[in-house]
Amino acid sequence: MSASERLRVMFGAAPLKPERITPEAQQVHRLKRMSKADFAALKQHARDHQLVNHKWRNRRWAVLILVNLLFTFSFWLDIQMLEGSLTASRFVGFHLIDLNSALQVMLAHRHVIVNLFIGTATVFVLWVALGGRSFCSWVCPYHLVAEWFEWLHLRLVAKRLVSDHEFHRGARSIFWLTFALLAVLSGYTVFETISPTGILSRALIYGPSLALGWVLLLLLFEVLYSRRAWCRYVCPIGLTYGMVGAISPLRVEYRLEHCFHEGDCRKVCMVPHVLDVVIKGRAADLKTPIGPDCTRCGLCVDVCPSGALVFDIKGLDRLL
Amino acid sequence: MSGKTGEERPAATPQPPAEAGLPAAAGGRPKAPVRRQSSRRRFLRSAFLVGGVLGLAMLGYVPVAGARRTRLRPPGALEENDFLSSCIKCGQCVQVCPVAAIRLDDIDSGFGIGVPLIDARAQACDFSCDAVQCILACPTGSLTYRKPASLATRPGMPLARAPLLKAKEKDAEPTLNLAERMGIARLARPDSCLAVLGKGFRGQARGADFRGRLRYVERDRWRPVAVRDHPYERDLCNLCVTECPIGDAITMQVRVAADGSRQHRPQVLEQCVGCGVCEMICPVDPAAIVIAARQPWAI
Ligand code: SF4
Ligand code: SF4
Ligand code: SF4
Ligand code: SF4
Repeated sequence: MSASERLRVMFGAAPLKPERITPEAQQVHRLKRMSKADFAALKQHARDHQLVNHKWRNRRWAVLILVNLLFTFSFWLDIQMLEGSLTASRFVGFHLIDLNSALQVMLAHRHVIVNLFIGTATVFVLWVALGGRSFCSWVCPYHLVAEWFEWLHLRLVAKRLVSDHEFHRGARSIFWLTFALLAVLSGYTVFETISPTGILSRALIYGPSLALGWVLLLLLFEVLYSRRAWCRYVCPIGLTYGMVGAISPLRVEYRLEHCFHEGDCRKVCMVPHVLDVVIKGRAADLKTPIGPDCTRCGLCVDVCPSGALVFDIKGLDRLL
Repeated sequence: MSGKTGEERPAATPQPPAEAGLPAAAGGRPKAPVRRQSSRRRFLRSAFLVGGVLGLAMLGYVPVAGARRTRLRPPGALEENDFLSSCIKCGQCVQVCPVAAIRLDDIDSGFGIGVPLIDARAQACDFSCDAVQCILACPTGSLTYRKPASLATRPGMPLARAPLLKAKEKDAEPTLNLAERMGIARLARPDSCLAVLGKGFRGQARGADFRGRLRYVERDRWRPVAVRDHPYERDLCNLCVTECPIGDAITMQVRVAADGSRQHRPQVLEQCVGCGVCEMICPVDPAAIVIAARQPWAI
């Protein structure tokens, strides 16, 4: 997948089949076809020896909970480590400002002061380094709650009590544009009114609020009607960080040779369109970086029985 | 995404001829009727989603347009519209206030969700921080010592001179770095004012359950004390005048009537910044003196 193709997919287009496949990749595709029985045996072997592994999930949950608790305790215990909330904060004196909130404020207010600019730049650099949408799965409190409720949704689907309704992923790009436009036209940060990220972050730090009712409604919608709907089809924060993610060196990488194409990774992924490359015959190269919409949650890395998906830093192999 | 969803079933009715899809629906191949039907449904669903979420977000206009409540904003706040648009809703102002006067608004305030406000009657800003820390903490300039020239200022909002902080009277720099008022105090219920009635006051100003705090300089320059732990004894009530943290903001006006009797009445002066200490401390309920939030000085 080319970089522009990966961006297209992030903004909502359906992934296309690759036009050119490198000879090496063709060779692997062919090998997998030729020895069908052997391949099936190998696959079975990998399955049998699969370790149920939650390494990355546990690390991620720990980090996410820790970051949010650091906010809370900085205020409660007055230890002044991380003051503020997820929309804007100060980490031992350094301004940190959420990119999407900063964008909304700049568009609505049209006046940028130095601290706002510094905080935005710091966060930009931080997330370019750490990998764009990792904000979503490693920091955003709504992500974690939605992840837990997703489990409930999947149970209900398995019992055939509800079914998943998909939306067009392009809706998220439309939301992003509309919220930006609304900020300019109305002069209010309209998105912030309904952002569950901001609402939850503030509730964790400053105490519960009526707005939690809205978050609950969102979760209910996701459980009963559409899996992970907010993050998949609505949240402009995710898309903003996705754009940053397009230039981050840290990402998940797909290694064709190790893959048995059982597709477990696509079942656990919150943004499965980025994993289209694992479909049999799709990979254009031996190694493919997963697209910018990937939240670097590591669920696919955990679930893959054969290590075909790994965390990777772009250009690191050249350095080593 | 696996493309098809479980619940889509082929329909018996003939298919609509053209497909109205969002930009870049799936790849080039012509679609089977079932696929076309399901992607048409998906399009409609998506349109509902977009409409629904945006509609809910726009509900934020209701409280704003209705202007149901005029909130008292923290010191140095920009004019209301600028304030709502520039505040990033982080609560850093909340965190630095030593008397916890600032809290964040809820979703019933629409676009004002997460924006700071002060409920003066419950806990006023008494400048215990000495340097208006909330302004210092604000990362967006929503709270600011001096507004940039491009932003709106109403006449009567700027203070004639820098406010004198009584608590810092002996310091080299006793003034507060505050250029505009938050509002203005008004004797809204003169009929219930103890001073006007010629009455004194004894005991806890707001009762034994009141949780508000105030900095009493004579006790501790830095640590605010619960109002209930600081009982008063006055022959004539003048709490609003004595507890006001700002110099030249309020005085007790004395008038000698024709029959020679003396009449008293608290009088708010132009240096009042609208912090709300007078409203918080006033022992009658509801308070005789209240803050007109965000209102300018007018003679
Ligand atoms: S998409 Fe939005 S709500 Fe979902 S995890 Fe990312 S920031 Fe949070
Ligand atoms: S510190 Fe500034 S931006 Fe943050 S909540 Fe307070 S007024 Fe708003
Ligand atoms: S008169 Fe009241 S509002 Fe005005 S400065 Fe004094 S205490 Fe504050
Ligand atoms: S504190 Fe209240 S009752 Fe006492 S003089 Fe002031 S306004 Fe009147």
